[in-house]
Amino acid sequence: MGIDKTRAKNKEAGKSKPNLSVEIAGLKLRNPVMTASGTFGYGEEYAEFVDLNRLGAVVVKGLSIIPKPGNPAPRIVETPSGMLNAIGLQNIGVHAFIKEKLPFLRHFNTPVIVNFFGDSVDEFVQAAGALSNADGVHGLEMNISCPNKQSGWCIFGTDPKIMSEVVSAVRTRTHLPLIVKLSPNVTDIGAMAKVAEDNGADAVSLINTITGMAIDIRRRRPVLANATGGLSGPAVKPVAVRMVWEARKAVKIPIIGLGGIMCANDALEFLIAGAKAVAVGTANFVNPQATIQIIEGLESFLDEEGISDINDLIGTLIV
Amino acid sequence: MSVRPLSEMSIPEAGQFFMLQTGKTYDPLLKRPFSLFRYQNGILQFLYRIRGKGTVCMAEIQAGDVMQIIGPLGNVYPSPAGDFIAVSGGIGIASLFSLLKKYPNKAYLFYGARNCNELLMLDEAKELAKEVCITTDDGTVCRKGLITGPLKEHIESAVFTKKPLPIYTCGPTPMLKEIARILNGSGLNCFASLEEVMACGVGACLGCVVKTTSGYKRVCKEGPVFNIKDIIWE
Repeated sequence: MGIDKTRAKNKEAGKSKPNLSVEIAGLKLRNPVMTASGTFGYGEEYAEFVDLNRLGAVVVKGLSIIPKPGNPAPRIVETPSGMLNAIGLQNIGVHAFIKEKLPFLRHFNTPVIVNFFGDSVDEFVQAAGALSNADGVHGLEMNISCPNKQSGWCIFGTDPKIMSEVVSAVRTRTHLPLIVKLSPNVTDIGAMAKVAEDNGADAVSLINTITGMAIDIRRRRPVLANATGGLSGPAVKPVAVRMVWEARKAVKIPIIGLGGIMCANDALEFLIAGAKAVAVGTANFVNPQATIQIIEGLESFLDEEGISDINDLIGTLIV
Repeated sequence: MSVRPLSEMSIPEAGQFFMLQTGKTYDPLLKRPFSLFRYQNGILQFLYRIRGKGTVCMAEIQAGDVMQIIGPLGNVYPSPAGDFIAVSGGIGIASLFSLLKKYPNKAYLFYGARNCNELLMLDEAKELAKEVCITTDDGTVCRKGLITGPLKEHIESAVFTKKPLPIYTCGPTPMLKEIARILNGSGLNCFASLEEVMACGVGACLGCVVKTTSGYKRVCKEGPVFNIKDIIWE
């Protein structure tokens, strides 16, 4: 349906509130706005700023079967309109999460998607297994932008062969909706999205951070103790939008778009490019109420445009 | 900088900090952490030195501008039972000042700065403290050298050994490291307010950690005030 026809149809529908709900991999979200893993802690850190019941979904910080201490400091540095982070996947481990953090999240009527990773295929499978049996976990998101110790620490998500191995192994271990979070540090994002789809992913989320570096010119050293880090924030948004558009053309499974979303207009770019939902990351740091403001902004945009259902907007990019 | 909160806020305590929006664009992107300097008549005050992109923008904020701030955040200085020592390096006075104000006439203040122009709030601090010892790196006023020199002499003096006092400190990392070295094995309590680059300020990003004897701790959440003996200096 053309833009004008959609507008006309919806104007007739009257002034009722537009529908914001979307469905991703069998998960019904009240709106398409989720939190991005690693930027929202385990939910409780932001509960005093945000009513978690208003979010589309909560995606919690990445977990591994074995807890990780993380990298030495400095771990973050601000860059123009962005930031680099090298937290080093610090986390309390899957089991401590289930015992200590999940009970809090069960109080809310919002799907909880747990991001997880491993140093090996086996660790991925173990984490997926433990999380799949936990009450209150509604979906899993695989972080494949981490190194595989069995392949000389090559990144899972940048090698199609290693990626297909880990995704298919996790697929056989979980009945939960499985989202694969793609690394942008590849030449052809569409091809990587296809690898995820072909190996049983229910959805893909993209982009993870872009590897970057900042140098202290006086000391002639990298600013981050880890030398390199992941770039996020408004600086990466155009790259992320382009990649969502490319992935949209390559796969049929739903896409969760993220990368530098600060406001509703940013989220709309992703939705129009073909993302069925979006995740808000660095913006949470900048403004703890960013998610709520984006949800409200989406609603006003639909009102202004006379669109009664957000699903009528998704993937409507005209090229 | 003086800030009047537009929404309800819990009463901030000495040692706590706020995340301040410094600019109105995406560059600088992140809020910056600043210790509470003074809170009176519902007005928050922050003392800052123009050093980087964020503070340059802060200096351009006009009276009447509305900026987002988050706080009060972090833990507080433990209450001193009686007299105490306060060791301030440079802009570290911003954090210690609220402690001096809360406990007037209790502090032996050791205050070091680069030069006489950077001894901010000196007159006010003198009034609030019991005794003051000042050093400047260049010797423009008072004793030349680092503040850790006279601090070490004082701690080793007979008066102090007879009646040891807890120490509260805030300042540059090299100063804190030197204090930790001086106190090593002394059994004295020293509470240091640490400064670290932060993204969120609320415990989510894990960007501001410091290495301690019980693993990495978040400066924004478990800190900013730590017992100096728990810190493992890198």
